[in-house]
Amino acid sequence: MDTLGEILMIAFGAALIHNFVLHYFVGICPFIGVSRRVDLAFSMGCAVTFVVCVASVLSWTLTTWVLQPGAPIPSFIAGRDTDLTILTYLSYIVVIAASVQFVELYIRRYHPPLYKSFGVYLPLITTNCAILFACLEISKHVGGTATDAWGLHHALALALGGGIGFTLALVLMSGIRQELDLCDIPRPFVGIPVVMVVGGILALAFLGFTGSDQGLVDAFAKGGTP
Amino acid sequence: MSESSLPTPGERFVNGVLPENPVFRQLLGLCPVLAVTATLASALTMSFAVAVVLLGANVVVSLIRGWLRPHLRIVVFTLTIAGFVTLVDKTMAAFLYPMSKELGPYLPLIIVNCIIICRCEVCASKQGVGAAAADALGQSLGFTLALCAIASVRELLGAGTLLGFQVMPAAWPEWVVMILPPGAFFTFGLLMALLSVIQLHREHRRVV
Repeated sequence: MDTLGEILMIAFGAALIHNFVLHYFVGICPFIGVSRRVDLAFSMGCAVTFVVCVASVLSWTLTTWVLQPGAPIPSFIAGRDTDLTILTYLSYIVVIAASVQFVELYIRRYHPPLYKSFGVYLPLITTNCAILFACLEISKHVGGTATDAWGLHHALALALGGGIGFTLALVLMSGIRQELDLCDIPRPFVGIPVVMVVGGILALAFLGFTGSDQGLVDAFAKGGTP
Repeated sequence: MSESSLPTPGERFVNGVLPENPVFRQLLGLCPVLAVTATLASALTMSFAVAVVLLGANVVVSLIRGWLRPHLRIVVFTLTIAGFVTLVDKTMAAFLYPMSKELGPYLPLIIVNCIIICRCEVCASKQGVGAAAADALGQSLGFTLALCAIASVRELLGAGTLLGFQVMPAAWPEWVVMILPPGAFFTFGLLMALLSVIQLHREHRRVV
């Protein structure tokens, strides 16, 4: 399969088939916390998408050049092959915190009203599992045990697809919650329980995408051969 | 706040188990709660890992609380936690390889688990080592209880087993959806609703 096909497959898989929120359960906190209004959910999704992309590019670069066994930079300094994988988690956290800081500065400078409405949830992106999860998924495909080595474009495709999938889940949920405000919900279910049950139904709907990547592969295979 | 107005170590421990249960009351750290509860065994391993990291991070943060600066404290918390998670992750990969494969990315994701950062912030950065350790034990006990509650429902209905032993009759039609992601959302939502039914019932009785 050609490069474009691979990229599309990774992005499609991350956005729909293995949706970050509804399949891997990462980023549940904003899924519950910021899904009251559609516009807020959409901006939150965009902020997370942007942070995921920045953090993924940085962590791919870091893993390839510094962290993986026999990486060029530390090997050059030490004069022999090195293995710094033990530092993976620590360095990823620093990278993520730095990218969130960067996004926070940008939004505060250019979109002050948005900055106000995010409130505490903006710095909390640092502790959003979705971002560390994307970095870890990418690191699985770089160096050591990987059977299929990923380039920077693959990493970016995963980040972008995952971010779009996250935004999609958040916007869907907030649309449903706006309608739920007008409903008569049984008292024990008011608040979080009903959100969880609705999330379950959404996850059930997204299960329907399982296997559709095979169809995509077939379509590409057909398009590739005359 | 002075130390005397904060809860004692004993209160910290008791509070963590039910009154301030991290999962059902504070709604913190929901990612592992939903992701690793397909079987009871993986839920127990996850709770153990979280307990070790929480205890380590709380004790360390409590020891260095005099040197913490407000604007840098979250970074210090996260880096401390990341260190302990690396330890637990490597240990588990060495001695419990199949389980560490099964937990996959959710083990390193403990780093960004809100429970641990929250406990460091609320308790360990303000109180001594004793209270911090008691708080960590109580919170992790509460976390374990919640995870086991969800996991046993899911494993029982989804596979008819508990910890791998057949419990339901052989004719039990396995509800595969309970093992799949939607089952996690449903089980958690229904268990929370059940808890609030109990609470409403109690309040009602108190009023009458």
